Formats: sequence, C-alpha cells, structure tokens
Amino acid sequence: MSSNRGKGSAAGLAAFAAIIAAAPFLLPDYYQSVLIVAGLFAILSMGLNLLMGYAGQISLGHAAFYGLSAYASGILTTTFHWPVPAGIAAGVVLSGVTAALIGIPTLKLKGHYLAMGTLGFGVIVYIVFNEAVGLTAGPSGLTGIPRLSAFGKTFSTDREYYFVVWGTAFVLFVLARNLVRSRMGRALRAIHTSESAASVLGIDVARYKAFVFVLSAVYAGIAGALYAHFVTFVSPGSFSFHASIQIVTMVVLGGMASLWGAVAGAVFLTVLPEWLRAIEDYDILVYGAILVLTMRFLPGGLAEGAERARGTLVSAFRRKSPASAAAASGAEGRKP
Amino acid sequence: MEGMKLFSAALLGGALLLGGGAFAAEPIRIGAIFSVTGPAAFLGEPERNTAKMLEDEINKGGGLLGRKIEVVVYDDESDPTKAVTAVDRLIKKDKVVAIIGPSTTGSTLAIAPKVEEGKVPLVSCAAAIDIVSPVRRFVFKTPQSDVLAVKQIYRHAKKNGISKVAILTASDAFGSAGRKELKELAEKSGVAVVADEVFGPKDTDMNAQLTKIKGTAAQAIVCWGTNPGPAVIARNRKQLGISMPLYMSHGVASNKFIELAGKENAEGILLPAGRLIVDEQVAEKHPQKKLLTKYAKEYEARFKTPVSSFGGYAFDALSLVAQAIKSGKSAEPAAIRDSLEKTKGFWATTGEFTFTPSDHNGLTEDAFVMVRITKGGWEMLK
Repeated sequence: MSSNRGKGSAAGLAAFAAIIAAAPFLLPDYYQSVLIVAGLFAILSMGLNLLMGYAGQISLGHAAFYGLSAYASGILTTTFHWPVPAGIAAGVVLSGVTAALIGIPTLKLKGHYLAMGTLGFGVIVYIVFNEAVGLTAGPSGLTGIPRLSAFGKTFSTDREYYFVVWGTAFVLFVLARNLVRSRMGRALRAIHTSESAASVLGIDVARYKAFVFVLSAVYAGIAGALYAHFVTFVSPGSFSFHASIQIVTMVVLGGMASLWGAVAGAVFLTVLPEWLRAIEDYDILVYGAILVLTMRFLPGGLAEGAERARGTLVSAFRRKSPASAAAASGAEGRKP
Repeated sequence: MEGMKLFSAALLGGALLLGGGAFAAEPIRIGAIFSVTGPAAFLGEPERNTAKMLEDEINKGGGLLGRKIEVVVYDDESDPTKAVTAVDRLIKKDKVVAIIGPSTTGSTLAIAPKVEEGKVPLVSCAAAIDIVSPVRRFVFKTPQSDVLAVKQIYRHAKKNGISKVAILTASDAFGSAGRKELKELAEKSGVAVVADEVFGPKDTDMNAQLTKIKGTAAQAIVCWGTNPGPAVIARNRKQLGISMPLYMSHGVASNKFIELAGKENAEGILLPAGRLIVDEQVAEKHPQKKLLTKYAKEYEARFKTPVSSFGGYAFDALSLVAQAIKSGKSAEPAAIRDSLEKTKGFWATTGEFTFTPSDHNGLTEDAFVMVRITKGGWEMLK
C-alpha cells in the first residue's frame, strides 16, 4: 500500500510539473499574468494550509507577512538599491522573524482568540504601511520596483516570470509534502486533534506550533517578494484584511489539510473571475453563488470533490469488472 | 489517491483552455478599468456608467472613422493586482487601442509599466500628480492636480486681504499631498502659513487643533481632506465660534459633505471645485456650459442619481481618446498617443485640456472655480 502510494504520488508530482511546464504554451498569452498571480496565491495558501489545515491554528493576518516581505524587498531594492535577490532574501527573513516574535504571545491563544490576535496583527501592519509614508510612500504606493534579476539575467517577460513563480511553487510544494509526511507532519496533526493528547505523547506543542507558524510566514514572505518584483509596485490595499480573508477562502475552498487542495483553491479562485468576465454585470453574483454551492455540497473543498469524483469512477469501474472490486476496496473509507 | 487529486488539477488546466474566445474585430475597441466594486466604488460606479453612456452616444452619432466603438470595461475591485491582470487581458486579448481609467492612483501606477511596454495609451481617471510626474510616454490623466486647487485658494485669499493662514490637513494620501503643496506654494503666492495642524482621517473631534489655531494670528483656515474629517471640522468650528473664513479642498465637493456637516455648519465654506457641481450657474457663453448641462441631464435621466465630478473624469478620458482618434484619423495605439499629445484647447467637463510632451494632465487653474456653500447649495463666485 505505502509503496503504491509512493509511486502514485511520484506520478502525481511528475504530472504537476508537466502541467506547469505546458500551461503557458497551451494558454493564450493574456493568461500568463493571471497564472502568475495564481502561483503567488498557491504559495500563500500552501503555507497557510500547513498552519490551518494541518496544525489547526487559524491566522486572519496572513496578508501582513505577504506585505512585509513585499514592502521590505521593494524598499531595499528601490530606495537603497540592493540587488533583487538580496532584497527578496531580506524580505523573507523579515517575515519569518516577525512571525517568530508575534508567535510567542499569539500562539498561546486558541480558537477565536487566536483569530482575533492574528487579525489585530494584520490590521496593525496595514496601518504601518499606510502611515510610514517616508519609508513606504504611504497609501498611494511605492513605485519603480525593479523586475527580478538574478545570475546576470533579468526576468522581464511574463513567461519567464511564470516559470520563476511556478518553479518556486513546485519546490515549496515538494518541501511541504515531505514535511507533512514526516514525523513532524504527524505531530502537527496530533496537535490539531488535541493539544493535551499531543503533549502527553511527548510532542513539544509550543515549539511545533511556533515552527509551523514561522514556516507559513516564510511561504507568505516568498510570495510577497515575488509579487513586488512582478507588479513592480506595492500599495497597502493589496495587503489588507480583505487579502487575508482571500487566502483563508482559498485554503478552505481548496480543502483543509490537502496540499493539492491549496493549489487547486488558489488557481480556481484566481482564474474563476477571469472566466466570469464574459457575463459582465452578473459575474459577482455568479462568483458568490459558486462559492456558496461549493461549500454547501463539498464542505471538504475541491480536494473532497476530486476524491468523490474518484470514488464514483472507481465504483463505476468496479461494476464492470467485479474481480478488481476486492483490490480496490482497500482505498475506500480513507479520509480525504 | 494523489494521482486522482491530480485529475482535478488536469481538469482545471483543461478548462483554462476553454476560457479564451474571440470577437469579430470590426469595432474600435477601447479598454476601461474602473473600481466598480470595493472601497473605491464611489469613483468606479459613476465612471463605468458614464463610459457606457458616452459609448452609446458616440455610436448613435455614427461612431469614429466610420467604425463603431466598443468600450470593454473590467472591474479591478479597487485592487491594483486585479488591475494588472485586467490590463494584460485588455492589451493581449481584447487588443484595445487605448485604455481609460483606472479609478485609483494605486491601480494606475501598478499598470503604468504594462501600458508603456504594450505601447497602448492610457488616460487615467485618478488624481495624484505622481501619475504624470515624471511624464510617462503613454500615460495621461484627466483629474485636476492638487496644485491647481491650492493656487485658486491662495489667489482668492489674497484678493480678500488674507495674508496669514492656518493649514489643517488629513494624515492620509490626499491630505499629505495637499499639505506639501500648501506649504510649497505659500511664499510664492504671498501668503504665510502661521499654523500647521494635522488630523487623523477618522478622528471624530478636532477641537484641539481648532483651539490652537484660534490662538494664532491666522486670518483663515485651509483644510485638506476627504469625508468625513472635514465635516467634523465644519461642526467644531461652529461650536467654537470661530469666525475666520474656512477653505476646504475639492475633495469635499459633493452634496455628501453638506449632508455630513449639516447645512448651518457648512454655510459660508469656500472651496475650489470643477464646474460640474454648479453647471446651472456657469455663464451661457462659457465653452463648457452646453457640455456640462447635457452631461448632467442625460446622466441623471439615465441612472437616476446626481452627477459627480468622478463620472466627469471618465467622460473626459473617453472624449479625449475619441477626439484623438478623429483628429489623428487613425485607430492605431501609437497614432492615438501622438494625437493625444497634440490635444490643444479641448473643452471637457473638468476643464480645457492642452497636452504637451512635458504635461500629460494639460489643465490650468481655470479648471477650478471658487464656490461658496450657501443655504445647503453651491454658489459659484465670480
């Protein structure tokens, strides 16, 4: 079973890589910027899913980590003329360090209180972006951020940038996947189920929680820095409370505790409005309806939907060839 | 299991492919990005309505160069990131020849590199001076810059024997931009700033600042902010019995301000504003007169809401593009840009536009008139 699963997921990763490689050539040109944004959100929601889906800790202030890194990298490369890779590194470190500091008081909170704590943090950072005019250029935004250039190459076209973003997303996906399958991943799930039970089992709950919080902030930081050097402009509006909610929605709609779900949720919610543009004026209504219906019928998110579709296919297949029924039944009943 | 989850990803990928589509390439296609929803909807909604209305009107009149026009409007939801994906779609898929909007400075600055790269002219409906300074080859804007409003105020003050003013500005983008101009232009205009106070945009009490100003030699107060802060100032000023004149910025030039401040508290407040809110008082012979009343009447008849200067920005942006296509006799993006830059003495709702290679806003102080709030209405000063 486990070797089977290993093979299946290796094939899954290969297919994921193939889709990433092929997509920009199969899709019309104007989808590239949409896909880049989708890739940034995929990184964000993977990070948040580690925290929310696996470890069961909510964060309503994730856009703050996204924004801190975007601003840090933007300011360092624009005002202080740092090379872009150094700016990105500094941005990601800033997000991670801030998370470590914020995590000390907030991660002691649970449930609604943790939600409020992280929300408050997000709002404070948003206010700083607006008010620290000398540094952030205030509400009208910071302009003139250079495009990403590294190793003597400038990634100036959207296609090149697409591969940077989705290549990064792929690497981060593999890292996250390995993490959730390790001892650490099991510990996080144990914390999710019951913190007391987890500590009885010898899991250092506080340390693990702090680790996953920092890790998810680092993911957000990577997305933020890549955002800054893609749009070449940052303004506080992109990192408001609304953005935090958007990331949470992607995680929940994609499927909690599912990395595929995080990617699917991010891509789905970024691309859906683009399709809906065809039905001008009604797009927002339809968008809302799709969200409500998805959550009503697939409370486990898109990941659950895929799982159910698979179940239907398997049982249809089984009816045709009863001999394979016994072999396939092992997969039934497993949680998505 | 993972393999099957992948199936859903593959489905998504496949569905993406079907997202594209194509229309017949006959009409001249002009793109528009407005914040129809989100916090900036108060700008985007009238702008979208106006653009649609003007599109119908141009088409009824036979279109441009014998072709119909089609205005493709995308909503950026007041989010600069959405504006970036929308502009890509406009340039690469819809193949528009020019773009009007976005509504906000943030979105405009975010897409500026994209239109420069795509070589498609953009006429923004956002106000900040940063949009046209330094000049970007393909980026223009229609709203008046703050500096013109400041000049009008100082000129009016000087004419009425005021040489010492106190400034009271909001600590947001609009307020801090105004504060900068107020301080920079004071000396040149022969006015001294004797007090410089700041208020938070969400503050609900400005008594402290006003009391302080009351104790200075100031002969007038100039307040710079958008609702609701200035309305609070108007109320507090009345309560404190301050009688020196109060100037406000064009940021409050809407009926909403009078409503928030209260008729009696707003009485006598002076501010620079576009002629649109006083269209009925504009002299019959003024070149804007016909344009303003026609726009206001048609807009109010069609959308059943009062006209606002924000809709006017979109009206001007689209009119400028249409005019550039007509006079340049070409609907090619590069030709439109060149023709736009040659715009001279073009009257629109905001003012008279004269673009030059170094001025992509093209307005003069004349784009503003001084108005006084009288009995809950707007009175244009001569």
